[in-house]
Amino acid sequence: MTGFDPLAAVLVVPLASAALLVALPGYVLPSRLNVLASLASLLCALSLFWHRPPSGNYLMVDDLNVVFIVLNTFVGFTTAAFSASYIGHELESGRLPIGFLRFYHAMYQVMMFGMNLALVANNIGLMWVAVELSTLTTVVMVGIYRTPAAIEAAWKYFILGSVGIALALFGTILVYLAAKPVLGEGAGSMVWTVLITQAAGFDPALLNVAFVFLLLGYGTKVGLAPLHAWLPDAHAEGPTPISAVLSGLLLNVALYALLRFKMLLAANPDALAPGPLMISLGLLSLIFAALMLYRRYDIKRLFAYSSIEHMGIIVFAFGMAGPLGNFAGLLQMTMHSLTKSAIFFTVGHITQAKGTQTMADMGGLTETHPMLGWMLVAGVAAIAGLPPFGVFMSEFLLISSTFSRQPVLAVAVVLGLLIAFGALLVRLTPVIFGAPRGREARVHASTLPIFAHLALVLLGGIFLPPALVAWFQHVAILLG
Amino acid sequence: MHDFAFDIAHMLAGALVLVSLMMLYQDRLYALINVLAIHALVLALSVAWQAWVHDAPHLYITAAIALGFKAIAVPMALRRMVFRLGIHREIERVVGTGLTMLAAIALVALSLEVMLPVTAGVDPVSREDIALALSVVLIGLLMMVTRQNAVSQVAGFMSLENGIVLAATGAQGMPLVVEISVAFSVLIAFIVIGIFLFRIRERFDTVDVEALDQFRGERG
Repeated sequence: MTGFDPLAAVLVVPLASAALLVALPGYVLPSRLNVLASLASLLCALSLFWHRPPSGNYLMVDDLNVVFIVLNTFVGFTTAAFSASYIGHELESGRLPIGFLRFYHAMYQVMMFGMNLALVANNIGLMWVAVELSTLTTVVMVGIYRTPAAIEAAWKYFILGSVGIALALFGTILVYLAAKPVLGEGAGSMVWTVLITQAAGFDPALLNVAFVFLLLGYGTKVGLAPLHAWLPDAHAEGPTPISAVLSGLLLNVALYALLRFKMLLAANPDALAPGPLMISLGLLSLIFAALMLYRRYDIKRLFAYSSIEHMGIIVFAFGMAGPLGNFAGLLQMTMHSLTKSAIFFTVGHITQAKGTQTMADMGGLTETHPMLGWMLVAGVAAIAGLPPFGVFMSEFLLISSTFSRQPVLAVAVVLGLLIAFGALLVRLTPVIFGAPRGREARVHASTLPIFAHLALVLLGGIFLPPALVAWFQHVAILLG
Repeated sequence: MHDFAFDIAHMLAGALVLVSLMMLYQDRLYALINVLAIHALVLALSVAWQAWVHDAPHLYITAAIALGFKAIAVPMALRRMVFRLGIHREIERVVGTGLTMLAAIALVALSLEVMLPVTAGVDPVSREDIALALSVVLIGLLMMVTRQNAVSQVAGFMSLENGIVLAATGAQGMPLVVEISVAFSVLIAFIVIGIFLFRIRERFDTVDVEALDQFRGERG
C-alpha cells in the first residue's frame, strides 16, 4: 500500500486547485490550469478502478458510484477544455470582465469538489451538505453575467433549490430516526454502508414518509416535472459551460442521491415500493417536457427542456427497475450526459457566432458554419434517439423491456419520445438547414471535446465494450 | 423530572409553531422581521434545552448560531436593507389572511396526522418535535408561496429552516447536526446577499449600469 489514495485525491485535487486559481490573475494560465486540474481529477477517478480504498465512516467507493465519479470527472474535464475557448471569446466580446475570471475558475473547481464529494460520501448527512455546496456554487455561476435575466434566473434557482434541499434534509432526518432504534445513536446510524445492511429492520412507515420527502427534495434538483421551474432559466441565462455541467452532471448527482435512498427502501421488505412513484414522476416529466419543447424560442431553453425529458426517461427506467430497467437507466444516463454536454458545447459556440440565443434570428448553420452546423445535426440526432447513437440503444432497451412487463407504459414512453422528436425537428430544421440568417462571425471553436463526446456516444450505439456491459449488468443487479 | 423536561421541550416546540402562525399575518416588513427574530430566539431556547437535557454540549453551538446569526445578525441586516432600499413603508398585501390562517391550521393538523402514527416507535420527545417541526416546515412553505416580496420569501425560508433544525436536534444523537446547521447558515448568508442584488436590479432596472459595474469591480 503506497501513500497515494485516489479517493482522497478526487477531492483534494479540485479543492487545492480552487485555492490556487483564486490567487492567479489573468486568463491564459488559469484556464490551462483548470483543464489540467480537471484532467488530474479524471485520472484519479480512473485509478479507482484498480486501487479501491476501503470505505470509511465518511467516504466510500463501490461499484455504483465509480461509474458516476468517472463520468463526472470526464465531463468535468472536457467542459473545462471547452470553457477555455468559450471564456476567451466572452472576454473579447466584453460580456465577462477579466476580473471575474479568477472567481469563475475557482468556483468551477469548488463545484467539481462538491459534486465529487456528494458522489463518494458514505454518510447521508455529508452527502446532503455536498449537494448543497454544489447547488450554491452553481447558483453563483448562473448569475455570473449579472444581467437582470441572469440574476433573476439565479434567484429562482436558488429559492427552489433551497426548498428542495431543505425537504431532502427533512427526509434524511427521518431516515436517521428510522435507523436509530436498530443502530443506536451516533455516527454509525447515518453511514450508508451500515444502513443498507440493516435496512430490513427499520420502521417501514417512517421510511415511506422519508422517501416521499427525499423524492420531492432531490427530485427538485433532478428537474422532475412539477418541480422543474428553475431548470430552463438556469440553463439559458448562465454561461454555456455551466449549462453543460448542470445538464450533464448536477442532475446526475441528485439522481444518484435518489438512487441511494431507493436502494434503502428496496432493502426493506415492508416499505412501499419506490417504483410506481418514480415511474409516474418520470413519465409526467417526459410527456410534459416533450409538449413544452414546441413552444421554445431560445435554443438553450429548448435543450434544457430536452434535459427534463431525458431525466424523466432515466427516472422512469430506474423506477421500472429489474436488471434490464436499471441497465437501460444507467446507459441512458451516461449517454445523455455525454450527448447533452456535447450539444451545449456546440450551442455555446453557435450563440457566440450568431450573437443571439433566439432561434428565429439564426438560420442555415450548415451553410454559414458547416462544422458547427453538422456537429449540431449529429448531436440532435443522437439526443432524439436515432440510430446508430447510444441513446437509441438505451431507449430501445428500455422500451422493449417495459413492453414485456407493462405494455401500456411502454406505449406512453414511445408517445413521449415521438412528440419530443417532432418538436426537435420542427424547431431546429430552420436553424440548421434554413436560409442563412443572423451574423456570420467566425469563432475559434474547440471542436475536440465535442468530437470526443459524440464519438463515445456513437461507440455506445455501435459497440459497447463487453467489460462495460458486464460492469453495468453488475451494477444493475446491485440496484435491485 | 423527566416529565418536566419533556413538557418544556414540548412547550418550546409548540411556541415555534405559534410564532410561525404569527408570521403569516404580518403585513409590514419591519414587523415581519421582528417576528422572524422571535422565531429564531424560540428555536435557540429549544435547542439549548435539548442540549441541557440530553447533555449534548455540541448542540450549544447550534443554539448559539441560532441566537447570534439568525435572531440577531440576519434580522439586523434585513432591517438595514429594507430601510436602505426604501421599502420600509410598504405594506404588503397578504393574500386573504383568514384563508391563509385556515390553510396553516389545516397543515398543522395534517402534519400531526401524518407524523404521529408513523413515529409510534420513537421516544416521545423526538416524536412531538418531529411532528411540530413538520408543521413549521409546511407553514414556511405556505409563506413562501403566498408572498411576492423577496424579503418575505426569505423570512418564510428561514422559518422553514428553523423547523428543520428543530427536527434535527429533536432526533437525539443525530451526527453532523452542527455541521448541517453551519451549512444552512452559509446558505442563508448567500440568500441575504442575493436578495440585496435582486432588489438592486428591481430598483435600478436598466438605467444604472454603473451600479452594477461597481459591483463587478468589488467582486474581481
